[in-house]
Amino acid sequence: MTSAEIEKIFRDETGRALATLIRLVGDFDLAEDALQEAFAAALERWPSTEVPANPRAWLVNVARNKAIDRIRRQISFRAKEAELTHEAQLDAEILPEEDSLVLDDDMLRLIFTCCHPSFATEVQVALTLRTVCGLSTAQVARAFLVSEEAMGQRLVRAKQKIRLAGIPYQVPERDALSLRLRGVLAVIYLVFTEGYVATSGEALMRPDLAREAIRLARLLDTLMPGRREVKGLLALILLHDARRAGRETKGGDIVLLEEQDRTLWDQAQIAEGLRLVEEALQLPGRAEAYAVQAAIAALHARAPNFQDTDWKQIAGLYEVLLRISPSPVIELNHAAAVSMVDGPARALDLIDALQARGGLDGYELLPAVRADLLRRLGRHQAAREAYLAAAAATQLEPLRRLYARRLAELDR
Amino acid sequence: MQYLLMIYRSEAELFKMNEADRQKMSAEYGTFTQSIIQSGQFKAGDGLQPSTTATTVRVREGKVLTTDGPFAETREQLGGYYLVEAKDLDAAIAIAGRIPGAREGSIEVRPIMIYSPELVQARSGRA
Repeated sequence: MTSAEIEKIFRDETGRALATLIRLVGDFDLAEDALQEAFAAALERWPSTEVPANPRAWLVNVARNKAIDRIRRQISFRAKEAELTHEAQLDAEILPEEDSLVLDDDMLRLIFTCCHPSFATEVQVALTLRTVCGLSTAQVARAFLVSEEAMGQRLVRAKQKIRLAGIPYQVPERDALSLRLRGVLAVIYLVFTEGYVATSGEALMRPDLAREAIRLARLLDTLMPGRREVKGLLALILLHDARRAGRETKGGDIVLLEEQDRTLWDQAQIAEGLRLVEEALQLPGRAEAYAVQAAIAALHARAPNFQDTDWKQIAGLYEVLLRISPSPVIELNHAAAVSMVDGPARALDLIDALQARGGLDGYELLPAVRADLLRRLGRHQAAREAYLAAAAATQLEPLRRLYARRLAELDR
Repeated sequence: MQYLLMIYRSEAELFKMNEADRQKMSAEYGTFTQSIIQSGQFKAGDGLQPSTTATTVRVREGKVLTTDGPFAETREQLGGYYLVEAKDLDAAIAIAGRIPGAREGSIEVRPIMIYSPELVQARSGRA
């Protein structure tokens, strides 16, 4: 086995192996250190011998023994009663090969702990990417555009809080589960959104982050089957991501939905997304925001072209969303859909009314949406000002170039 | 009369302290604690874990909202405290959410420091 293949196994198994180890040894840092030692041992042994049939169980066992060694060494220095008790528990644990349900629960424990509401949202995202997805601290730092040192500090503090504040390593009880799950889904969606349209920088997309989000949503759908909100989110991000190849030129310029070459869309991924939307909508319960957003994405995915999209139904679905989870983003998207049904003037009225209520204060995409509506209405001077405001509001280079292009078109 | 004495200090300075100074400080606290226990004036007292371990709880429209970190609002002032036993942070947050003051103000949930036996000895001045 090549070291690249071994690296891939590490990458795929880190989250789950760590999840079980944390339960077994009761400490994030100890589990992480022990797993690193187990990886080192595997790199030494696997190239020359056969790779074990169940590499994760092998890694967990080796790491667990390394952890026991560490605890023993500590005890020989300082005889601590608590740690002796802990070691006894550790020895009594059943080896982790057996019960797949227990192992699934470990993964959920890890996810819910990383997404605990006592952490700031960005800390939840960072912890999830580092421990559940197995990204390195340097990779997580890049996702946040901060230095590796700063991210390392943030992760150390978070793990310290888990230990010192007594954040439980468990799946929330039934009555808290829905609320806590919403927090987990928000983290996954945030990771996806950053991958779909980056906040700043040279590149429109960060496909690695989009991929991690899809991986997480898939994992959650396996671990908690039959939940509408999970299926809805997975469908939503699969359908958005399926358009990736059509969304930018080779030179990295944005291609808007109306100009996209739809033959570039990933049809297999669209088929999977459509199937999941159906499943999510058929499960009993009230309308659920992610499933409704996925239904909108499904209408786009099915449409033969931009003009023949079912805009009426899309506008209707945005109205449903406005009732169940109102937000400025939904208001803007609703207005954009209305502009395709009733024309740009009606959409502009909606946005101006919303703006007058202060509902869009500081919202970065507002001038861009207004600029497009004004351009379509032939109000070139107002459109020009709005594009300039849009360009000033964004930190993303491809968006700046798009607005510059629009301005140049207006001047022609 | 009873009084709550609140100890404010710079955590940054505390983290920078070397081991010898730390022990000296612990011993001083130990001596002080003993003195007010002996004079019959001690009711309760604890050290707190650093503010990075804090969670602030508010209840608005019946929903429990949590934020990372200590309470940082200058318009509100400390008005009381409860010292409770809870099995984990979730249980402590649940209790905090039931405090009437959580509906108007904020409750900071901060874990109490647990000292190792050596430190407790040092604190009580017997080491």
